[in-house]
Parts: sequence; structure tokens; C-alpha cells
Amino acid sequence: MGFLKRFFRGRAGVQQLPTGTITVDRNGHIVTSTVSSAYPKNFLHDIGRDVLQLFAEAREAQMPLAEISLQFGSLHITARELRGGAIIFLFPQTALLATPTRSRP
Amino acid sequence: MMEKRHKILILDDDTDWLTLSREMLAALPSRPEILTANNGKRALSLLESEPVRLLICDLKMPRIDGLQVLAIVRRRYPELRTVVLSGLEDEDFRSRAYALGVDLFWIKMEMQRDSKLFIECLESLLGRDDEPGFRGIQSKSLMDIIQMECLSRSSSVLRITRGPLVAKLWIQDGELIDAEAEGARGEAAFRRILSWKSGTFENLPAEPGHPHNITKPVNALLLESAQDLDEAASAPATPEAAEDAAHRKSVWKLSLLTREGADFVISIPPEGLGEPEALGTQMITPLVKWTRHAAAVARRLGERLEAGPVMQVTGQNLERQVLVLEREERLFLVGWPVEAGGNLLEKSRKLVASWDS
Repeated sequence: MGFLKRFFRGRAGVQQLPTGTITVDRNGHIVTSTVSSAYPKNFLHDIGRDVLQLFAEAREAQMPLAEISLQFGSLHITARELRGGAIIFLFPQTALLATPTRSRP
Repeated sequence: MMEKRHKILILDDDTDWLTLSREMLAALPSRPEILTANNGKRALSLLESEPVRLLICDLKMPRIDGLQVLAIVRRRYPELRTVVLSGLEDEDFRSRAYALGVDLFWIKMEMQRDSKLFIECLESLLGRDDEPGFRGIQSKSLMDIIQMECLSRSSSVLRITRGPLVAKLWIQDGELIDAEAEGARGEAAFRRILSWKSGTFENLPAEPGHPHNITKPVNALLLESAQDLDEAASAPATPEAAEDAAHRKSVWKLSLLTREGADFVISIPPEGLGEPEALGTQMITPLVKWTRHAAAVARRLGERLEAGPVMQVTGQNLERQVLVLEREERLFLVGWPVEAGGNLLEKSRKLVASWDS
């Protein structure tokens, strides 16, 4: 069974973009997730940790934020703060797909 | 170092023609990468995903025709070079295509007859770099273009685009009668436009009933603007002159901020390369720290998730919305009141583009 894996293990693949919603607690632990279980958990942890850090640093900068969005060429991440934790929406973007409904700006 | 291969996109509904063109263009000396599309929708989709340098476009096509595609790409991709290659030998189409700002218009028959010249033209378009200058007429400054329009005693509207900024100049019978740029009108707008060092322009049909907001002769205005530009380019002679210049710059930026309705702007250079500049806020240090960190986090996440380049970072609370944008290695944090309407991303981009122009 492991014979073929020996040959194909090292091949780099294209990581599918995450789609769905996660909630993280104040310590960055994922509480709920609708993102495919095939998507690497450590990537979701990274997103949660970074988003919480941005909320915390915005508070320190006297600019507390209720919502933060990171827009990339092919992914849109929107996070809303929830009692220390956050709910994070992950929307993949494609060329002919309209940007998903979004509040401001 | 590996040589950069430009990408050319050919749009034509005739697949045989696409094959023929692909073979011909693949033989260009710069060995460009050739992409093809047989309809406008596919072409727009490719332009979204690929950094195309040159679009070669047919005019007559079902559903979305070539002129529609050109109108869209001129707005969305002002830096894209465009060539029309049409079977229609019609002057009306030619002038309409040039009015849309295309770089070249060729008839297919002529192209086949004179393919060497056509190849040379394409090579020149591909090779032209992004040095200061206005596309449309090579190696001419905007001052030259305005003088040419006025000397020819023509009537037209020049639409000038510099990234997200759009300006217009109204010329009637060789006289400059009005200008509009960055929210300003008349002479003030004209001076702003002449300070732009690069961009693209299109010649639009004249608007005979347009009001006269400029009364000075165009040559006097050009002379004054040239003097202003010279003064701005040379170092101030005395500390007082430097202070005066800095003060004028601050007043201009403050008026820009007020006119657009933003709360504040912070312009942040890369670390170790100068001091941040802020207008509208006293909280400079913590906001600079947050902005730098937000940009770094976004870049790192984008790479890790393979999500593409960072377009922007935004944040909001009950009182304020903020946008982090990057332009020419500087980060900008733009704050808006929560009630600010319109497309804030577009407004912020314009503000940032105007900041150091």
C-alpha cells in the first residue's frame, strides 16, 4: 500500500482555498468550523491567531475595531469580534464571481 | 537573470485566424507568450487572471463586440496596450477605436500584406517601458499634446487618466476653456493635471455648450505651470522658501482630505526610510505600528494560504472605517467617518494617488 506513496509523496500540490466560517475563542482555539475537514487545521489556526492579534493591537492603538477584512487576489477574509474571540468568514474569489455580500467599506 | 516574457492576448471569434496569429506572433524577437480567446467574456476573464501586456482585438464579434471590450479594458486596465486588428475597412470604426485610446489600428488584409511592419509595431509597443510620458503619442509630454491640440485650432475633450485619477480638458477652437481634476475646476485643475508625470489620454468628441471656466490664454497657463514645476523640482533657495513650500504642500493635502471627507491619512515609508506623515490625527505612532503589522500579517497569510497578492486591509467600528493600502512601497492608512458614503476603496485609492502627485 505504501509503495506508490513513496514515489508521489514529495509532489507539490495546489492548496485549495478555504471556504466557510470558523469561530475562535480568545485564545485562538477553533470552537466551530464549517470549513472542509480536508483543509489543514494549522492554516485555520494561523488565520484565527493573526486576526485576534490584529484586533488586540488595534485596541492598543486606541482604534478598537469590530470588524477586520483582508482582501487577497483570490480570497476574502472577514472577521468580526465576539467577546474576545472572533467569527471569521472565508470567501474564495474567482474572476467572474461577484464579491460576496459585504457591509462596509 | 531570466528575461521577462511579455504576454499577448489575441481576441478574435475566428479560430483559424487565432491559430494563424498565434504562429505569427510566437515568432516575435522578444518571444512573447501568446494567449487566445474567441469571445469577449473569455478575454476579460484571462485579463483578470494573467498579467497581459498587449491585447490584440477584433472588432466585429457576436455578443460582446470589440469596441465594448476595448471600452471595458481601457477603464479596468489603463496600462494595457491595445491593438485593433479588424477586417472592417471603415473610417468610422477606426476613429471610434482611436477615441477609445487604442494604440494601433490595423486592417487584417494590410497586416498580412505588410506583416514585417506590423511585427515591428508590436515589438515597439511591447518594449515601450513605463517611463514618464503620455501614451497615445509617444515621447510627448502633456504640455506638448495640449499645445498640438490648440495649434490645430481643433475642438475636443481630452480625457486624461493616471491610475485611478481621471481628468478632463475642454478645448474649443484651439482655446482651452475648462479643466477638471481631483475635484478642482478651471485653472487650479489645469495646474494639477500638468503636474502628472505619466498617464494615458483619449480624445473625446467636443462639447460645444461647455461653460468657459478658464479665460487665460493657454500659452500663459502653460508657461506659469512650467515655472511652477521647475520651482517644485529645484531645491528651495532659502530655509524660508523651503518652509513656505512645505506649508503649501500641507495646505493642499489638508484641502484634499477635507474635500474627500476623510478623517485622516497617514503615509508610512518603509522602516528606516524616513518619517511617517500624518494629517487629521495625533495618534501617529500606535497607528503606524498597527498599519505596518496589519500589512505584514496580510502578506504572510496571503503567501501561506496561496491566496494571491494583498489587495487591501480594512477595519471598522461604530465610528470609523479604516483602509490600509500600499502604493509605491509606502503604506497608507486612511480613516473615514462611518457615515461616509460611496465606494470608499475607490475614494481612498484616489486620495492616495493624489497624495504625492
